[in-house]
Amino acid sequence: MERQRNSAEGALSFYIHIPYCVKRCGYCDFNTYTPQELGTENFALITTPYIEAVMREIELAKNRVGAISVPTIFFGGGTPSLMPSSEIAKVIRKIGEEFDLQEGAEITLEANPDTLSASYIDELVAAGINRISLGMQSAVPHVLASLDRTHNPHNVNKACELIKSAGIEHLSVDLIYGVPGESVSDWQTSYETALSLPIDHISAYALIVETGTKLAARLKRGELQMPPDDETAEKYLIFDEAAESRGFRCYELSNWARPGGECRHNISYWNGSQWWGVGPGAHSYFAGRRWWNVKHPVTYQTALVNGNSPELNSEILSEENKRDEFVMLQIRMSEGIPLSALTAGEVAKVAKYRDTGHIEGAGWEEGHLVLSRTGRLIADRIVREMLV
Amino acid sequence: MPAIPLSKAPQPSKTDPGQIRNFCIIAHIDHGKSTLADRMLGITGVVEARNMREQYLDRMDIERERGITIKSQAVRLPWKSGIDGKEYILNMIDTPGHVDFTYEVSRSLAACEGAILLVDCAQGIEAQTLANLYLAMENDLTIIPVLNKIDLPAAQPDKFAEELAKLVGCKPSDCLRVSGKTGAGVEELLDQIVAQIPAPTGSADAPARALIFDSVYDTYRGVVTYVRVFDGKLSPREQIQMVSTGVRHELLDIGVISPEPVSSAGIGVGEVGYLITGVKDVRLSRVGDTVTSYHNPAKEALAGYKDPKPMVFSGLYPIDGDDYPILRDALDKLQLNDAALVYEPETSVALGFGFRCGFLGLLHMEIVRERLEREFNLSLISTAPNVVYRVFLEDGSEKIVTNPSEYPNGKVAKVLEPIVKATILSPSDYIGTIMELCQSRRGTLGGMDYLSEDRVEIRYTLPLAEIVFDFFDQLKSRTKGYASLDYEPIGEAEGDLVKVDILLQGDTVDAFSSIVHRDKSYPYGVMMTTKLRELIPRQQFEVPIQAAIGAKIIARENIRAIRKDVLAKCYGGDITRKRKLLEKQKEGKKRMKMVGKVEVPQEAFIAALSTNSDGESGKTKK
Repeated sequence: MERQRNSAEGALSFYIHIPYCVKRCGYCDFNTYTPQELGTENFALITTPYIEAVMREIELAKNRVGAISVPTIFFGGGTPSLMPSSEIAKVIRKIGEEFDLQEGAEITLEANPDTLSASYIDELVAAGINRISLGMQSAVPHVLASLDRTHNPHNVNKACELIKSAGIEHLSVDLIYGVPGESVSDWQTSYETALSLPIDHISAYALIVETGTKLAARLKRGELQMPPDDETAEKYLIFDEAAESRGFRCYELSNWARPGGECRHNISYWNGSQWWGVGPGAHSYFAGRRWWNVKHPVTYQTALVNGNSPELNSEILSEENKRDEFVMLQIRMSEGIPLSALTAGEVAKVAKYRDTGHIEGAGWEEGHLVLSRTGRLIADRIVREMLV
Repeated sequence: MPAIPLSKAPQPSKTDPGQIRNFCIIAHIDHGKSTLADRMLGITGVVEARNMREQYLDRMDIERERGITIKSQAVRLPWKSGIDGKEYILNMIDTPGHVDFTYEVSRSLAACEGAILLVDCAQGIEAQTLANLYLAMENDLTIIPVLNKIDLPAAQPDKFAEELAKLVGCKPSDCLRVSGKTGAGVEELLDQIVAQIPAPTGSADAPARALIFDSVYDTYRGVVTYVRVFDGKLSPREQIQMVSTGVRHELLDIGVISPEPVSSAGIGVGEVGYLITGVKDVRLSRVGDTVTSYHNPAKEALAGYKDPKPMVFSGLYPIDGDDYPILRDALDKLQLNDAALVYEPETSVALGFGFRCGFLGLLHMEIVRERLEREFNLSLISTAPNVVYRVFLEDGSEKIVTNPSEYPNGKVAKVLEPIVKATILSPSDYIGTIMELCQSRRGTLGGMDYLSEDRVEIRYTLPLAEIVFDFFDQLKSRTKGYASLDYEPIGEAEGDLVKVDILLQGDTVDAFSSIVHRDKSYPYGVMMTTKLRELIPRQQFEVPIQAAIGAKIIARENIRAIRKDVLAKCYGGDITRKRKLLEKQKEGKKRMKMVGKVEVPQEAFIAALSTNSDGESGKTKK
């Protein structure tokens, strides 16, 4: 796998945002909308014109970028699995028509384990999907309730079987820990369940309480309480150990994979490659410029229908910006940062973390700053010390 | 109409001392001194109604806002007595009303023959007023007791007339009753000033002697010096000399204030006026010094000159280290107008570059700090205020300590600390709680007197250090704000004192070192370590916080190492957000201080250095 920074100058990954959910989960602050919020119960009324707009933005990308090689596509959301498979197929086909979609490109779709049927998965395979990421979150009902999620944990097992038997090569699950009411043993139950699934990838995220969410309000009212940070740190450590013992490797701070199961799309965010985010609120990065689209799907569609760009705002990254991003992203990766890419001052500032075991001694000797398990837990602080 | 048109009034330098009355007003803040002064300006006609503004004589914004007078002024008021129908010149010398400025008050009093004791008849006399009254009596001034605010519904003139009569030694019926607000009784008061206060005496032929009772820096004119002539005469263009400092000046301008400055042909015996010599620094024209003629100098200076002596010290540091030169220039400028302010550069490992500043007292400190922040737009951190210690080492040498971090470790034979005589006036209900507070602050009861049935004067001898640390706030909160306090330095006494250091991860934080009584060292150590544990964020390693006397640890707290400081998700839009946060942190870096390896936010320093519970540094509630 290619992991060198900026190696993919001549490539462009696509992120397709599907901004719809049946219902909004209590912890989620993503740019997503329920049919209710959009004033209709009929999804088809929403999805067809939405995908039309997505097609227009892909054409816009073509005009802007020209012919370029596309190594990965990622359908994220929202709940992309709410989309009819035919619409997903249209988008993939469109990218293939406008660009050079690489042979063996990684094409991922995020899915809700509740709504997957065998026929739907077969249609996705036919459309080109070769990787599915399931929003599992937890295997413990009261933790799911805390997260305001309704799915039955058993559906995850079933969905995985269907996906594997449909011949989808790569399968990932998302887990969330450090949730109000979740004990250490609840967490063990969740990740043990996940590790026994036929998957080659796990993303495990410590819960972030975003302002303005229902969860934040419930915490503020005292209905729920966050577990202590130290316990959440402990959960990270025991999971990392367990995952490693089952053949998974932490290749990015919150992502574990069996060999070859790493998500190439997400790696492109972290190694400074170029990506085009299609859809409302999506961010893009191309030719040193970062921009993001208007947030609401209706505004987004209106812009594209009228032949305008849905871009809301942009920034040109300065050399310092690029450097900051390089350090803060690369330090999250298992290969770390070559010491040669750091200034003598920066190296001196973080050398103490080698003595405290936050930086791997072996890597350091070989000229790399690689965070240890405990070091990854304070990655933001170490970055701050280096750059601020 | 007893007012005299200015042009027809007796002219400066040509006024017979027999026609002159010099007086001041002794009053507590809020008792209506400025309003009464305003009213006198109006009634005597020196300020026309349309030019009148509130608190006409208080010049600085801070004075007007806080309702206190920091710098005194002298106004020449012509008045035709309603009793004998003759024309007089009344010189009203304004006095500062706060404890820190006792020396300036004493010099203002020395310029007068009489004083109005002005008391709000809804509140009664306050401790500082009492202290100034005693000062006036010591100076043999004629006291005219006056009850103010008789128009208030809550006024109790009879009750407080008894209180005043007892203090002054007169009959309750001798107390005048006025309202500065409505003007009631003010004309009678002016007549009584003429009738009761003696005219100044002095020799017109003797070499000139004039007492400096105030000295103010003016941006346009340089230092304006206010004087009272005792002997001889001062004239324009004359060469004059300051007796104590020996400095020689030429009188560029001389005149009287009425209430704006008016140049005159000079000022003679008994008269009060201003001098301008072109000097730019008030330290060359010091309060209490004697002005004489350079060519015909007086043999003896007027009595009572003292160098202003700072009693309270504090380190002042700019929050933004880049502001250090601005702070230095600001202090230079303030010193032009404040002979009592002293400072020298100081470096703190924890706070960077700053100044150790000496003040007359807590209010003086607060005013200087506020002026620095307001007039020079500075954000400052100040260390907890401390007093001056004289430390005698075992080898016989002596060391003056104005900064606790310079207190010698070990080998101390004895330490002398400043002692004050404190006077507290309070409703008698609070005697118990006040005595409890004073005992806990190493106080020795000096005596207690009832001013009236339910008001009491309590006298204590206390170490100044105890007053400097949170005493005002404690006194006010224990007495629901009713008690008032005055204190004056009376010397030094040996104290069983120790220096308590605060260590973060084994490194002493100089800004937190404090000199405390041995018995208080343990509670102080516990208080500081607990406070800091709350204030300092968790670091990536464990941080012990210790309080120590020399090598002996007396209190300890621990900040556990942080184990988690990372955001789990970092995709698409997260990247921009995360980088922008980093940029913000770069901006905010100036607000973080490194103590050894420990990151301490500026806010933690400010909160830890404040002596009171509300987290604001150096505030006294007066």
